[in-house]
Amino acid sequence: MSDILVLLDHTADGALRASVRELVTLARDLAGASSGTVRGAWAVDGAEPSAAALAELGALGVTHVHRLTSDADLRVAAVLAEGLAALLAELGDPTGGGVGVLLGVSSFEVKEVAAHLAVATGAGVVTDADALERVDGALVAGKTVFAGTWTTRTAVRAALAIVLLKPNSVVASDASDAVEPHVSELAFPASAAASRVRVVERTERPATGRPDLGSAHIVVVGGRGTEGDFTPLEELADVLGGAVGATRVATDEGWIGHDAQIGQTGVTISPRLYIGAGVSGAVHHRGGMQASGTIVAINSDPDAPIFEIADYGIVGDLTAVVPQLTQELRRRQG
Amino acid sequence: MGEPCRGSSAAAGNVPRVKIAVCVKYVPDIQSDRQLVGGRTVRDGGDGTLNELDENALEAALSLVEASGEGEVVVVTVGPDDAVDAVRRGLQMGADEAVHVLDDAIVGSDAIGTAHVLAAALRQVGGVDLVVTGMAGLDGLTSLVPAALAALLDVPALPLAAQVDVTGSTVRVTRHLDHATEVLEADLPALVSVTDQANEPRYPNFKGIMAAKKKPVTTLTLADLGLDAALVGAAGARTEVLEAAPRPAREDRVLITDTGDAGVRLAAYLVENQLV
Repeated sequence: MSDILVLLDHTADGALRASVRELVTLARDLAGASSGTVRGAWAVDGAEPSAAALAELGALGVTHVHRLTSDADLRVAAVLAEGLAALLAELGDPTGGGVGVLLGVSSFEVKEVAAHLAVATGAGVVTDADALERVDGALVAGKTVFAGTWTTRTAVRAALAIVLLKPNSVVASDASDAVEPHVSELAFPASAAASRVRVVERTERPATGRPDLGSAHIVVVGGRGTEGDFTPLEELADVLGGAVGATRVATDEGWIGHDAQIGQTGVTISPRLYIGAGVSGAVHHRGGMQASGTIVAINSDPDAPIFEIADYGIVGDLTAVVPQLTQELRRRQG
Repeated sequence: MGEPCRGSSAAAGNVPRVKIAVCVKYVPDIQSDRQLVGGRTVRDGGDGTLNELDENALEAALSLVEASGEGEVVVVTVGPDDAVDAVRRGLQMGADEAVHVLDDAIVGSDAIGTAHVLAAALRQVGGVDLVVTGMAGLDGLTSLVPAALAALLDVPALPLAAQVDVTGSTVRVTRHLDHATEVLEADLPALVSVTDQANEPRYPNFKGIMAAKKKPVTTLTLADLGLDAALVGAAGARTEVLEAAPRPAREDRVLITDTGDAGVRLAAYLVENQLV
């Protein structure tokens, strides 16, 4: 028996990030198979868990929420890693019923924490996983590599596994029985070494009113072919309840913010539905979206490489096709 | 890097020399047909290149030295025989010397194992004020090495810099995260990783290419580094790729040319497939 610890990614005002629901759902399946429990670690980096977040966690079946607090700045990856190490030590050795798996969202920030923690604890790390199961006692994670063109299965050979899951890999669901999470505090002293990084400034990005790009189920993406007009794409995204993304060209042109860039150096997405309009499908872009569920491409150039990977391709003018699609979806929604 | 890292010879009254180490990786060209054999990335066959994102790291290091007026850039890699091409490219761009850690025992290392080798190599180089890496290797894309390397060297990590500034003995970076923009600061010695938005990497010119032929490339083995082989390679890896297979091509693909009703047809497709 071993417990699963989930790093509870949250907003600056104490709300759970959507992808955490997926992590907990997966953790519950894994823990159930080994009669362990699902615990959550909440870094009190300025935001305490809101009542709504705790209720959500209870509905998801999280039995314990560990609040990590410190005099040091928990926004610094090295500090948070020390807090997690302290919590893991308190909960006991994995072989003695402690925590054997730490699950987190596969973001650049969490990867930093995972790297620090792996050095400190000897854990094995799998990033960008899209599946996780126990096979004959070993933890095996699935992931796609090489811009979504290969699938791999990776076993973790260490007592502690840190697995970072891509959003949209699991369909989130509540537990059959809700629980009331036991909330506790672990106040830890961070080392002087971890506090050497100073956060001089942190500016939260204002909410767009649309879902997070990284975890949205539907993403509408614009490229060079939009010629700078993202309005039809935004209207489509809003009808679909989706997020809006862009190619490197579009962000470099200043048509939309850099935070909207999809690609292997920008945001990596794997939504259920990807709709690319005026996107050619350069390899750097494909690296950030090729693992998407269904890929729709609209482009006036029949030779655009994105058609090689599209499930549904339309050779046509996006300024005609996209508004017509939006209008038809609105009509069907009544 | 603890103690061996510092040691910049700042003689009184002189401009301090800054010593920057850039860690680079030799990877298969992303435009090529990349393969996994036995769970490992195939890195021979002539399709290898300097990881494109490491060019941003080299550019950042070279510009910092140029701005400070005096200093040196050492480019370091870990990899097979052909990986020397990656450091060679760094020398052509303007780095002063190169270190290539080459040892059969390294084959099969995971990201943490690779970080161990790089840490040992940087200790050997000695006197490094700043370590610069790219934001990711375009093969594995784990982005674990920079922070792990900083932890092993016992220096602060400032990853994902879209902008890097060094003022005196302080390094400051601006980074754009999923939900926020941050400005981080730390005293040297430190490690930064830079994104592809940090700069436009220079192309080596003819003079640079000729000059690189005369620059020293030191090849080191694990024994030279005094590194315990149990920490690296397949033996030291905490993860093991069990299976790898090319993803099957997508099935039932549809390609139509718009004749006036493509938007309506697409809506029908999305509804039928329960995608909306």
